[in-house]
Amino acid sequence: MKLLKTALLGSAAAAIMASSALAQARVVKYYADFDPAPLAAFEAVIADFEAANPDIDIVLQNFDHEGYKTSIRNFLSADSPDLANWYAGNRMAPFVNAGQFMDISDVWTDNNLGETLASAEGSMTIDGKQWGVPYTYYQWGIYYNKDAYKQAGVEVPTTWAEFIDNCAKFKEAGIDCVTTGTKALWPGAGIFDYMNLRTNGYDFHMELTAGKVAWTDDRVKNTFAEWAKLVEPGYVTANHAAIDWQDAAALLVQGKAANYVMGNFAVAVFKDGGMTNDTLGFMVFPEITPGIPRGEEAPTDTIHIPAGAKNVEDAKKFLAYIATADVQTKLNEALGQLPVNNQSKVGDDPFLQAGFEMLSTADGGIAQFFDRDAPAEMAKIGMEGFQEFMVKPGNVDAILDRLEKARQRIYK
Amino acid sequence: MTGSATTAIAGTRSGKPKFWKTNQRALAPWIFLAPGIAMFSLYVIYPIIASMWLSFYDWDGLGEKVWLGTQNYVELFDDDAFYTSLKNNIIWLALYMLAVPAGLFIALFLNQTVTGIRIYKSLFFFPFVISQVVVGLIFSWFYAPNFGLFYNLIEWITGTGVAVLADDRYVTYGIIAAGLWPQIAYCMILYLTGLNNVSPDQIEAARLDGARGWRMLWHVILPQLRPATFIAVVVTVIGALRSFDLVSIMTDGGPYGSSRVLSFYMFEQALSEYGFRMGYGAAIAVILFAIMMVFISGFIWKMIRDERGM
Repeated sequence: MKLLKTALLGSAAAAIMASSALAQARVVKYYADFDPAPLAAFEAVIADFEAANPDIDIVLQNFDHEGYKTSIRNFLSADSPDLANWYAGNRMAPFVNAGQFMDISDVWTDNNLGETLASAEGSMTIDGKQWGVPYTYYQWGIYYNKDAYKQAGVEVPTTWAEFIDNCAKFKEAGIDCVTTGTKALWPGAGIFDYMNLRTNGYDFHMELTAGKVAWTDDRVKNTFAEWAKLVEPGYVTANHAAIDWQDAAALLVQGKAANYVMGNFAVAVFKDGGMTNDTLGFMVFPEITPGIPRGEEAPTDTIHIPAGAKNVEDAKKFLAYIATADVQTKLNEALGQLPVNNQSKVGDDPFLQAGFEMLSTADGGIAQFFDRDAPAEMAKIGMEGFQEFMVKPGNVDAILDRLEKARQRIYK
Repeated sequence: MTGSATTAIAGTRSGKPKFWKTNQRALAPWIFLAPGIAMFSLYVIYPIIASMWLSFYDWDGLGEKVWLGTQNYVELFDDDAFYTSLKNNIIWLALYMLAVPAGLFIALFLNQTVTGIRIYKSLFFFPFVISQVVVGLIFSWFYAPNFGLFYNLIEWITGTGVAVLADDRYVTYGIIAAGLWPQIAYCMILYLTGLNNVSPDQIEAARLDGARGWRMLWHVILPQLRPATFIAVVVTVIGALRSFDLVSIMTDGGPYGSSRVLSFYMFEQALSEYGFRMGYGAAIAVILFAIMMVFISGFIWKMIRDERGM
């Protein structure tokens, strides 16, 4: 029915014979890549929006998550929707630079978003303009199994030295100190990001991912030296290169592993596996270099208006609506994630509360994630290097040389 | 027959130019070939030339194409990942050839008349029927650390398990083993049909002359299986060179790119989530095409020679 309406609308507009019966609602085409739960949350928000704006009809076309990443390149240039999901940071740069996303700085200034969405403004800005509206983000950190801590008889650490000491005791108890599954590469990047953020700080991390610092720099080597303290004695799950992140989550659930550097979306998986708020813990990644401002990792999901959008005005109206405090509260309650709007309320879930607390006190800055802060090609080569390092820490010099060679080619 | 019928019809239309009538024999084959030629040029020849052309550009699929000249190739020949892929392709080619003798011996073994032999034949053929994706999944579970059958077997024998797909030394061999499973079945079926055509007279004659066992196989059976061997080698070489699905399913090229083959590397560079270097991907494709051309030319040369009866 909606399709028919669109078709009718299109032909009506083309022939300039709009009768009031046909042109009741103006259509906004929205392409997205939601999983089932977020999809339901968004459909509810869209229904609210349409109730408040009866003359606008948002037509949501949902894509498979992985397929979306390739199809977006086709539909942006061929048959552009009015709204499209994507990610903040460097991940949107190719589309911004190719002129595929529309500058929506006016939505930001008109709705005072620079204040309410302040924490995400930096990652939405390229060339001093804003290119999208963030609606959710989630923290990364260390999720741990409280029973494993009891079994090994250790306390939750606050410094890196304590963390490494604990690892030795976990190993004696036959528990993997840190688990991960790097088959899909990105979980390893989460560990690297935190190692580098804690060793060298947020500003250095951003310079590195922006290609301004050599990978063979001594400060990068320091990061890997700290990381080696974890890898060389075998404190990381063996064979992590062959397992998926969900399989590693199972190890944490079963108490075969103690800590997992992960994003908050993993909580659902841990709880499905039978963990509760009593057995699952969350901690901020411990301090390595004392005194540097604490930077954290919180990838942001965003909505953009493609340059080829036909109904820009209503699309902007929808973005302004998505940015409001109440909508973000409602949306993120359903998503189980954090609202970007600083006047929204955070859900009651203890992990969300902990994440919100951690992020709002992060004085260093908020990184997106390695594959969003660094350009795609660098991200791929980098993440392979991290995986190799976690299998063969002795290759560190060869790995860094390779990354440096890639950096010189990719950033020009 | 058809020719005379058309002539008759053409003859009744008086006053028409005689062009068709005089050139009919020369034109008819081309007209029949035209649909095929059109399809082939559009879907095979044109993409090949377009890929070669693209390999001289830097293009991300969205923006402007930038002319690079041979720079993609210069970079390719200085790229460790390319040499890893090339090396793996050669390992694939060499080890995949095992499917030919293995298929032959299973075929010889199954070429007998026992009750229910058809069931055994179908069971042996089964791996070729199921999708490569399923084969890849089965083998990744087989190799999986902690619960995989193979992992536990090695652990039981040696004390420490080996996660084949996480170890850059074994990963390519692990994937090839998975690929051989259906490929052997394919070669087997080719040889089974070949064995049906082996002339019983010659075997009888050879037996009278005292040939048996290996000598019988080598001097009497194998020469008659030559067409089957040729096809088996061709499909195996092509199968080895286009190995992509198993790599993608089982390891995604990992760990750290050590199980890549050229076709997978091309996909990664040009089309995967972190890729979109169309020009560089096209350059890899051109290299892969050049390697394939060596084999294809060889096969075609042999076929032409056979047809001329040399």
